Amino acid sequence: MSRFRLERLFAEVRSSGRTALLPFMTAGLPSVSTSVDLFVAMADSGADGFEVGIPYSDPMMDGPTIQAANRRALAGGVTVEKGLEVVAAVVERTGKPVIVMTYANPIFRIGAAIFAERCREAGASGVIVADLPLEEAAAIQDPIEATGLGMVLFAAPTSSNARLEAIAAANPVFIYGIADLGVTGERRGSSSHARELAARIRTVTGLPLVMGVGISTPDQARSLAGEADGIIVGSALVRRVLEAPDEQAALDAVRNAVVELAGALR
Amino acid sequence: MKLERPDDRGRFGEFGGRFAPETLIPALDELAEAFERSWSGDRFVGEYQRVLRDYVGRPTPLHEAGRLSERLGVRILLKREDLAHTGAHKINNAIGQVMLARDMGKPRVIAETGAGQHGVATATAAAYFGLKCDVYMGEVDIDRQALNVHRMGMLGARVSPVTSGAGTLKDAVSEAMRDWVRTVETTHYVIGSVVGPHPFPWMVREFQKVIGEEALEQLEGRLPDYVVACVGGGSNAIGIFYPFAGLGPQLIGVEAAGLGIESGQHGASIGAGTPGILHGTRTYLLQDDEGQVLEAHSISAGLDYPGVGPEHAFFAESGIARYESATDTEALAAMELLARTEGIIPALESAHAIAWIIREAEALAGRTVLVNLSGRGDKDVEQLARMTQ
Repeated sequence: MSRFRLERLFAEVRSSGRTALLPFMTAGLPSVSTSVDLFVAMADSGADGFEVGIPYSDPMMDGPTIQAANRRALAGGVTVEKGLEVVAAVVERTGKPVIVMTYANPIFRIGAAIFAERCREAGASGVIVADLPLEEAAAIQDPIEATGLGMVLFAAPTSSNARLEAIAAANPVFIYGIADLGVTGERRGSSSHARELAARIRTVTGLPLVMGVGISTPDQARSLAGEADGIIVGSALVRRVLEAPDEQAALDAVRNAVVELAGALR
Repeated sequence: MKLERPDDRGRFGEFGGRFAPETLIPALDELAEAFERSWSGDRFVGEYQRVLRDYVGRPTPLHEAGRLSERLGVRILLKREDLAHTGAHKINNAIGQVMLARDMGKPRVIAETGAGQHGVATATAAAYFGLKCDVYMGEVDIDRQALNVHRMGMLGARVSPVTSGAGTLKDAVSEAMRDWVRTVETTHYVIGSVVGPHPFPWMVREFQKVIGEEALEQLEGRLPDYVVACVGGGSNAIGIFYPFAGLGPQLIGVEAAGLGIESGQHGASIGAGTPGILHGTRTYLLQDDEGQVLEAHSISAGLDYPGVGPEHAFFAESGIARYESATDTEALAAMELLARTEGIIPALESAHAIAWIIREAEALAGRTVLVNLSGRGDKDVEQLARMTQ
């Protein structure tokens, strides 16, 4: 069961009362050949697992930073197959749980069952689909779960408690709590929505909760540390890769940022 | 058979649905409820009809294109949406949606625009009802439709250039969606075509079907043999098709063939695309084997879109309508012919519908064809003048 690595992580963080750091990075950055090294560097710096982005041409839930990462990865020839090769190598070299993130269209184009099988072969623990709400989830969730992987479902600050209950009842491997209104991207302050949403989800379900969107600084991560089982940081790390003058600089910048973020969660 | 409304999941057969981030789902539910309540109530419908009559200038005329008919040997009737306020059918939908936004207590509306006609229509409706308006427009389109950019500014709307992707309609829709994910509590997204997640395709069709209903009445029972309209997202086409579907006339949607279907540079989502998901709905789209959405091409900004409304996908699949295409060159020739025979300069989009009739004139000889002349061409004159220099 590939989701085992993820379930083991949540059991561990709960028993030790800490919050996991799950960085997001688009596959194929800074380049196809060094992508895996970047994840290994993050694992060595305190990351507990990863969300690996398979690039998509029209990422509706992503802000300018991750849009640019998608364009760069696609221009660099990152296909679904190459993205999943990165996933397989990251699982093998780090032993950490990896969640594959993409949009619905590439999955349906390949076929949800085939996509699920390839994720399983790569050793992924779960799948996140940014434009797949509960009502449309079964077409992907069923084949994903049939292969032993976990499906991640979203909860948003705008979701009613009744919706939160329905989302929990679909039994995702974890709930991705959208910490702020808006698409992915760095924010200055801390979201006023994050704590309120986390608290509402906690009253509805005991499922693992991971918060993401708009969490970019150690302070922001620290402020949510007690509220969730895990934190996802994406754009802040992706930006460091995009801005770096060369691949070594990208590795160094991301390593430093992950050390700080992991420190903030301890 | 046509569907009066999509099913509970927003599906027209296997098309449509709601592939949107969770943040938007409650707003889509709220919108569906507000629309359903308003659209079945006399107060909203009465006001909508009054505004369409007294402000938009409906009903628009049905014009017998005598000299064009004579030239082609085909009897051609033009539904003159170009004479609606702001110069295109887009205003029908903009008025309806801005009224809904007002009733839902949202002080701000956003819109995407390709040719600028929907942006102008939304800016106009926002000015009329006193709402704030932001319009997303691809930078390529801002360049080729500069006149409409100025019009939106005059109407008090803010136009935000979109630089991602190819800088055309697809990217403008994505950017408007992203704005909406952030501002959903205070903002309504006025989608300009029969695309997007449920309830948009259904709601926009309901606001546009007035075109076909009026035409039916104006025809006084004498049904045409064909009803023809251009198709980008497909709002003007669904607006005229829907009331005629099942009554007998052959419905023909004309997509943009751009530089030719075989060139790969076109906007023929039904003609040359495959089923997939774009902008929240399952429909035909231009995509590669990995599900990456391809850039469309058309000389007309309004047809420069790699997707199409899910109800058109359903119409195509179930044989209710047939979808053809016309190239950039054919559209330009059609624009010129209509200008010289009828004294009407059509929008480049609408010229695609005329272009199909010109190409098929021999097969259509002696038949009656109703065309949705969806917009006027003033906006295109500057682009054309630059091209001929």
